[in-house]
Amino acid sequence: MDDDRLDRVFGALADPTRRDLVARLAAADATVGELAAPYDMSLQAVSKHVKVLEDAGLVTRSRDAQRRPVHLEAEVFDLMEKWIERYRHLAEARHQRLDALLDRLQGRDTPPNELPKEA
Amino acid sequence: MTMTTTAPETTITASDEVPTISISREFDAPRELVFRAWTDPELVPQWLGPDDIATEIVRWECRRGGEWAYINTRIGGEQDFEAGFYGSFHEVREPELLVQTFTWEGWPDGVSLERMVFEELPGGRCRVSATSLFDSFEARDGMLSSGMDKGVTEGYAKLDRLLQRLG
Repeated sequence: MDDDRLDRVFGALADPTRRDLVARLAAADATVGELAAPYDMSLQAVSKHVKVLEDAGLVTRSRDAQRRPVHLEAEVFDLMEKWIERYRHLAEARHQRLDALLDRLQGRDTPPNELPKEA
Repeated sequence: MTMTTTAPETTITASDEVPTISISREFDAPRELVFRAWTDPELVPQWLGPDDIATEIVRWECRRGGEWAYINTRIGGEQDFEAGFYGSFHEVREPELLVQTFTWEGWPDGVSLERMVFEELPGGRCRVSATSLFDSFEARDGMLSSGMDKGVTEGYAKLDRLLQRLG
């Protein structure tokens, strides 16, 4: 449905500078000037990175305030965590089937309440 | 999970620095047996793949440089599903190390390197630490989000709402 949007999120996070920006924004909102301070790159270059993050929906900038601080949209990262948790869940289900197989191979009975769901 | 389970549950780490997925899990069986379950084509389909999906081994030459391939199929349910995966065995060092490449047929340009370390633990137990190294963060995140079914839909809906609010 919205592959483009997800691609933009992943594309945005594929760059180490942008991941660093995101990590710093996780601590607190910051202006582009503040974000640029530690880097050996122009304000314009940092601004460009922020724009990529903004286009991906990862960060927002308030439209009215003079300072226009950059704000991290934590909600997008919940999505990533959800993916990881779901992936973990699938792996754990697989490992429970392996538990049962290893029990069978060792001649141990698997208690019925521990049997993983069969196909 | 159940009270009798002494093994810690599966842990997963997705690194921010490199495009990897690391999975670790302990098993209540000797390392040799766990390694066999991972490498014997009779045993692999009995546990691999999601609950509602059947795994059919097509090729399985479990030696250095050997090929492997399997097909995952789901019949019935909300939709039929079939996906092929293939790769090669890069290192098979019984009972401690297994290194394979992994590719989904639908995206032959993408390949990940899978490294499984089988570690002997006291009391006849074993820990398996598996690391998948992808060729990009996009590919890694694509794998994390694969087979998400409901999760993806929820995720998209959430992202939609967020982007609407921004727009």
